[in-house]
Amino acid sequence: MTAKRSVTVTVNGETRTGEAEPRMLLSDFLRDTLGLTGTHVGCEHGICGACTVHVDGEAARSCLMLAVQADGAEIETVEGLADGETLHRLQQLFSKHRALQCGFCTPGMLMTALDLVRHRPNLTEAEIRSGMAAVLCRCTGYEGIVHAVAEYASGGER
Amino acid sequence: MKPPRFDYHAPESLDEALDLLADSGPDARILAGGQSLVPALNFRLARPSVLIDINGVAELAGIEDAGERLVIGATTRQRAIETSETVARRVPLLHEATRYVAHLPIRTRGTLGGSVANADPAAEDPAVAAALEATMVCRSRRGERRIAAAGFFIDVLTTALEPDEMLIAVEFPGIPDGAGAAFAEISRRDGDFALAGVAAQIAISNGRVADARIAACGVGPAPLRFRDAEDALLDSACGPEAIEAACDAVAASSDPHDDVHASAAYRRQLAAAMARRALNGARARAGGAA
Repeated sequence: MTAKRSVTVTVNGETRTGEAEPRMLLSDFLRDTLGLTGTHVGCEHGICGACTVHVDGEAARSCLMLAVQADGAEIETVEGLADGETLHRLQQLFSKHRALQCGFCTPGMLMTALDLVRHRPNLTEAEIRSGMAAVLCRCTGYEGIVHAVAEYASGGER
Repeated sequence: MKPPRFDYHAPESLDEALDLLADSGPDARILAGGQSLVPALNFRLARPSVLIDINGVAELAGIEDAGERLVIGATTRQRAIETSETVARRVPLLHEATRYVAHLPIRTRGTLGGSVANADPAAEDPAVAAALEATMVCRSRRGERRIAAAGFFIDVLTTALEPDEMLIAVEFPGIPDGAGAAFAEISRRDGDFALAGVAAQIAISNGRVADARIAACGVGPAPLRFRDAEDALLDSACGPEAIEAACDAVAASSDPHDDVHASAAYRRQLAAAMARRALNGARARAGGAA
C-alpha cells in the first residue's frame, strides 16, 4: 500500500499520467513528475498560498493534497492562463498595476484571485483585501495586487 | 518527499472504512479535508502507520434538513457550508462562523467533521457545536454512539472518540423562530487562527430572553460554553446591563494561556469584547425584541 500508483489528471485541458507514492504531494507531482514548475512551493504547510491551483474549478493548496487524491481531477495551474504569447487579462492587470516584484507568490495570487472573483460577485475592496490575505507576498505591500484584482473584478470578468 | 511513509487506503463505503479503522490499530489516522493533518504529515509531526482517506465515501458528504435538526455529513466541505442557503437559513451561526475559517482555498478542502474531530482549541466549528449543543454522530464496527458537545470536546486536540470510532455526521438544532445568532472573532490577520472568537444565539419571547447560547474558541483548551453568561441574560430584556454582566461572566470563565500571539490577560479581554459584539449582533437579529 506504500507502492507507487498511477495518477491521471487533466491539467490545463491536457490528460497527463504519472506515478506517485501515496505520500507524494500534489505540488511535487505537478512540479517534479509533470514538469509544471509554474506552481511554486513555499511553506508547504498551507500558510503561504504560493502553491494554490484550481482543483475541479476551485482554488486549493496543492501542498495540502496528496497526488493520489487528485486522480481523475481537473487541475488548472498558472501555465494554463496565458493563450500562447497573450497574457490572461488578470496577468496583464498584474503587470499594469505593478502587482509583483520577485514573482514567487504570483502563481498563487493569480489562481486565488480568479477563484475569489468567481466565488463572490460584487467584491468590495475589503473583501479583496481579506481574500488576497490567503497568499503571502513579501515584496509589494499588496497595494498593486488589490488594484489589479479590483480592476479585474469590476470588468465583469468571471 | 515531505510526509513519512504510510499505508494508504481509499475506501468507497463507510463499512469498508470502519473495518479498516478497526483492523489498523491505534496508529491509523483518518484523512478528511487534510488541511490540518497534511501540514502535520509534511512536518512529520504526525507519523501514522495507516492513512484512511474517506473523501471517496459518498455517504459521508451532504447537508440534510431533518425537520428540527440539520444533519451535516462529516466530509461536507466548509466551502459547501458557506455557500449553502439551507445552512444560512437553518443554522445561521454555523454559516457566519464558517467565513472565519482560514481562507477560501482552505475551505475548498476543509471539512466540518475534520475540524470537529481535530478539536483545535482555536477552531470555529467546535465552538459553534458547543454553543448549539450539537450532537456528534460517531460510528464504529461495534455500533453507533451519539455524543453531545458537552461530553465530546475534552482537551486540546482531544475528543471522546475511541480509536476505532469515526465521526460520521454532526446534527445541529435549527434556529428557533424569533431567535438571532452572530459570530465575532479577532485575529492578527484575516484568516489566522482566532485570538478569541465568540458564538452567540439568543431567543427573545415577549420582550424577555427565553434562551441564550454563548461559547468561545481560542480562550481555553477546548471550546468553552459559558453557562454563567447565559444565566445572566435569561429572563432579562437583553439590555446593555445584562449584556455587560454576560461579558463579565465570559471573561471570568475563560481559561486562556500565554503564547507568542497574545498574553492570557489580553485574550481574556478579547473574549469579553467579542462576546459584546456577538451578543449585540444576535440581539439585533432576534425577533420579538423588547
